[in-house]
Amino acid sequence: MSTSPMMELLDIKKNFGSVNALKGVSMTINKGECHCLLGDNGAGKSTLIKIMSGVHQPTDGQIHIDGKSTIVKGPRYAIDAGIATVYQDLALIPLMSVSRNFWLGRELTKKIGPINVLDFEQCNSILMSEMKKMGIQLRDPNQSVGTLSGGERQSVAIARAVFFGAKILILDEPTSALGVYQTSNVLQTIEKVRAKGVAIVFISHNVSHALSVGDKFTVLCRGETLGTARRGEIDYDELQFMMSGNKKLSELQKERVT
Amino acid sequence: MPINIKNLLPAHSNFRKAMLRPDLGAITGVVLVFLFFFLVARDTGMFSLEGSMNWGIVSSQFIIIAVGACLLMIAGEFDLSVGSMIGFAGIVIAVTSVVWGWPVWLSIITAFVLSMLVGALIGYIVVKTNLPSFIVSLAFLYILRGMTIFGAIYSTQKTIIGGVTEISQGDWLAPFFGGKIFTGLFQWLAEHGWIQTFIAGTKAGQPVVSGIPMMMVWALALVIFGHFLLTRTRFGNWIYASGGDAQAARHIGVPVNKVKILMFVFTAFCATVFATAQVMEFGSAAADRGLLKEFEAIISVVIGGALLTGGYGSVIGAALGAIIFGVVQQGLFFIGVESSLFRVFLGVILLLAVILNTHIRKLITGEKE
Repeated sequence: MSTSPMMELLDIKKNFGSVNALKGVSMTINKGECHCLLGDNGAGKSTLIKIMSGVHQPTDGQIHIDGKSTIVKGPRYAIDAGIATVYQDLALIPLMSVSRNFWLGRELTKKIGPINVLDFEQCNSILMSEMKKMGIQLRDPNQSVGTLSGGERQSVAIARAVFFGAKILILDEPTSALGVYQTSNVLQTIEKVRAKGVAIVFISHNVSHALSVGDKFTVLCRGETLGTARRGEIDYDELQFMMSGNKKLSELQKERVT
Repeated sequence: MPINIKNLLPAHSNFRKAMLRPDLGAITGVVLVFLFFFLVARDTGMFSLEGSMNWGIVSSQFIIIAVGACLLMIAGEFDLSVGSMIGFAGIVIAVTSVVWGWPVWLSIITAFVLSMLVGALIGYIVVKTNLPSFIVSLAFLYILRGMTIFGAIYSTQKTIIGGVTEISQGDWLAPFFGGKIFTGLFQWLAEHGWIQTFIAGTKAGQPVVSGIPMMMVWALALVIFGHFLLTRTRFGNWIYASGGDAQAARHIGVPVNKVKILMFVFTAFCATVFATAQVMEFGSAAADRGLLKEFEAIISVVIGGALLTGGYGSVIGAALGAIIFGVVQQGLFFIGVESSLFRVFLGVILLLAVILNTHIRKLITGEKE
């Protein structure tokens, strides 16, 4: 593990008018580590992602990247700094081919006379080999993304972010809409990416998915962190308890029985 | 239970791939339309050189505005002001050249600049307000038409301004819109008796079809340009992405607003090409020109397989849609069918095309029926 963390959030606060969405959140993201951010709906997860990816600016607090205090001015700045965000439903465009999606915004071109044209051959061959490395079986680079399963789409989006130099990968609910089999495929992809040394922020409200890939767990509840635990220091019930804010689900169940 | 094509076809057969071509419907349509008129109207002279020029020019007119509408629709927007833009650009040319005495080339350039600025304004309002382009461009349909009629009446007390032919003699730019090419070839063919010539009158001995009108050249050039831009360039990829999912495209860094505004500008450009060629052909401009052209453009594009919701379509398809449009409209005239029935045909084919396109969309995106 490297000495200085890749990204540090220090006492981040965010107000929207009189609403305090985040009331002082701190977390540390290290190289090759999968940091799970857990929280119920409305806990402030989305706001925190948007601050990390430059969509929102924090009202107060500091962001350190590679040990230096940084202001993430906008989404473009975040991408250039190696912070990539894969959104649950906005990752890829279903009507376009996998190849066109993968290269979107960074298309490879070649010159024919004075004109730059898309270099389909190179785009497709790099795509296919990258997908193979990630363990994604792609039949045809020209098949539309709409024909991929939800899990395959997430994996392609993750592979794309990593290929284009993401050092910190923020995954917004990557498994929440998926079935069991597809979830395991996405978790395997995440595992491969982490092995490359990419830092992952895994946002979820599904404790069992988080436990199967996470190294560290931070629980967000009503805009505050309830602390960060390492793998092995905490179990399913405790995480579930912290997320629900006051009571363990198992206790709730007991109450109902008695 | 309707037959589900998806289940009948192996997931990635070539046949299935062909089914997913956006322009498949239009290709089939063109074949059917030509077959029909060849069987029914062979003896009417529809497929003689002169007859072919007739429907060829009408189709070219539809193609010119369809290319603009196609790229704009793929980028996820509509422009209902195309027809009004045609009237507007024509009157700008006629007023500045005939009434104000500007050289014709300057009038033409002015018309292009003004139309494209209006196109940019429509695009800017659409991306800044996030309002549906349907509504914004509908507003401009009225604003432009009203301003055009007002401007024509205010400056000449008329809504039709003639006399463009006389003053465009010797102009260097006018022939690019009103001229013909290959006139020497057609003259040569006529001299050898291979094509028809006028028998009597002032033009006796000259070929009936004296060359390929610039309208057709523009149509072909715009189709090639549009198809190349869309399928072979980075910008084309951004057009698909802007219409396919604007938010996802923005996240990845595509300048969606710029793409959309530029497509509005391009649509205005196409409308002005149409207007200029028409003014040069008729020698006059009229404030009511271009009525309903926006819908004819959109119908051509939809017949061509583009999705009304954006992100998917083909310029070649739109051009074929325009050809179906032109051939049927003129063909019904050749076989002496009441022209009002053309509108019935149009309505029916539009409906069929939209149903087919929606079905193809489901095949591509895997949405449930």
